Amino acid sequence: MEVTRAREVAVARPGAAGLGRELRGVRVVLQRELIRFSQDRARILSSLLQPLMFLFILGTGLSSLVRGGGGLPEGLSLRTFFYPGVLAMSTMFTAVFSAGTLLWDREFGFLREMLVAPIRRSSILVGKAVGGAVVATLQGLLVLALAGLVDVPYRPGLLLALAGELFLLAFALTAMGLVIAVRLREMQTFFALTQMFLMPMFFLSGALYPLNGLPTWLRVLTRVDPLTYVVDPMRRAVFSALDLPAGVREAVAGGVTWGSRRVPTGVELALVAAFGVAFLVVAAVRFARTE
Amino acid sequence: MAPDRRTSPARDAAGEEARPDDWAISVRGLVKRYGEIEAVAGVDFEVRRGELFGFLGPNGAGKTTTINVLCTLVRPTAGEARVGGYDVRTQRDEVRRTIGLVFQDTTLDGYLTGWQNLRFHAELYGVPRAAFEERARRLLEMVDLWDRRHDLVRTYSGGMMRRLEIVRGLLHTPAVLFLDEPTLGLDPQTRASIWDHVRELREREDVTIFFTTHYMDEAEGCDRIAIIDHGRIVALDTPAALKASVGKDRVQITTEDDARAIAALRERLGIEAGVHDGAITFSVAEGERFVPRLFAELGVPIRSVSVARPTLDDVFLAYTGRTIRDAEAEDPMRRMAAAWLGRRR
Repeated sequence: MEVTRAREVAVARPGAAGLGRELRGVRVVLQRELIRFSQDRARILSSLLQPLMFLFILGTGLSSLVRGGGGLPEGLSLRTFFYPGVLAMSTMFTAVFSAGTLLWDREFGFLREMLVAPIRRSSILVGKAVGGAVVATLQGLLVLALAGLVDVPYRPGLLLALAGELFLLAFALTAMGLVIAVRLREMQTFFALTQMFLMPMFFLSGALYPLNGLPTWLRVLTRVDPLTYVVDPMRRAVFSALDLPAGVREAVAGGVTWGSRRVPTGVELALVAAFGVAFLVVAAVRFARTE
Repeated sequence: MAPDRRTSPARDAAGEEARPDDWAISVRGLVKRYGEIEAVAGVDFEVRRGELFGFLGPNGAGKTTTINVLCTLVRPTAGEARVGGYDVRTQRDEVRRTIGLVFQDTTLDGYLTGWQNLRFHAELYGVPRAAFEERARRLLEMVDLWDRRHDLVRTYSGGMMRRLEIVRGLLHTPAVLFLDEPTLGLDPQTRASIWDHVRELREREDVTIFFTTHYMDEAEGCDRIAIIDHGRIVALDTPAALKASVGKDRVQITTEDDARAIAALRERLGIEAGVHDGAITFSVAEGERFVPRLFAELGVPIRSVSVARPTLDDVFLAYTGRTIRDAEAEDPMRRMAAAWLGRRR
């Protein structure tokens, strides 16, 4: 009693379990983030607006104040000083919000499609984290393209270093956003919670002021903020490309110190990467426990 | 997977005892509790390879919970469940590669095209690229979506989205396809066309289909039905056998003189009849065989006769003591919640 299936549709079977399939999963989750981002012109433009306001409105507005007090050295505008911090800002908000897409995926059901697939949940999160980081870095690159407007030269080495640091920052913050997003259902809650973390982190990172010569309490807080360790290398990279007297450079971009010791750039960046990985691990553990 | 398993024939539902390796799904003593609530309260059944198996019951009866356990989305509180021979507790990955899923609520990405949604799925399941393209094309052609494959899914109608989800569920050539209320919220015409497509795909695919529904008419076409109520299976058999087990057919007649006919039925044939919808109505076993006797013995001229077999509604009524509509209405809060959720989507 053989049933013939003469017209059977071409067979396509799942591949064997293993690292290869997990990586394919990671990649396709990442690709989807990019496709979704490229469709969302409004989001690209709106997240460009905030950095531009900081740079040109706040930067220009405060300049007159600074000029009166004589705080900034000759030849250095406040806009240039703000630039690395604003660069970081443009990326950090996009990064955290791209973690929020996990909530949309949950709301509109697509998350289920991913959760029932024969791949690890952690692979989905890695795809989301790297995808979000790439998207946020692209956003940062838009601001990076404006370097000339604030007298920062377009040097390939500088641009590459900044792009790399932006990616690291974006990765760490997307991972942080995922820690929050994996257990939530409401977008409102997500925005409220992330704002609660993001604003203090941004203000403590030294994005808007030099890190040295601060009162002790603020000095300690800035050293606890992971963002500090990526804003600082970015600022030093930008200022090393400017033609400034060494004393001036030391005053406005002197680097992060622990006690009296200067923290090397490599250590700073490794710290940020470690934060990112740690956030991702926490997110994966929390994600594994949901549903 | 070995080819011999794919070619094993779908067995007649009423046929002999199936061997364990013929079972696409086997469930023993399955229990799922959520705190105090027992969503599934000890369920046993087997689904044979190649069967179209319907899981019938009102909302909240435990259908979706059972599916979620079988799909490894929910861990059972107690009991054992195997899909394609794999244990849903200990062989999650194997089970997931063996099954395709279509949920009640859509799980498509509306901002991707139909093709992108399918490609995403193929990548997640690690389907080889060349095989994916060929299979996706053939499946899309079968459900008439090939021409729309490059449109964003959010421009699709409800029926088109369902068809795309069914294609996606079959994309990695699963041995078992789960359809959880596949036609919920669709208009009758679209529902019928979805079932046409499912039947056609089944013709060509040699896949076991396990579906849930609370539409009685959809359950008619399947090989076997389990009726689930309050987390328990109250009946499980072919639609014909279930209807036969309910027994009597419903006979309606109109006559020259209804009062005299009712009296004659009682006195000569021993049947109590009533009048419903303007016709004398009564129940009798094997109604079609009864009709000649009726003409011979009634003694009142008959104008018309109709004999109706029991429907699955009658079956549901017989096994649960209420109609499925009554069962749905029992839970007004759930219905309100469902209506509200439905509006939001």
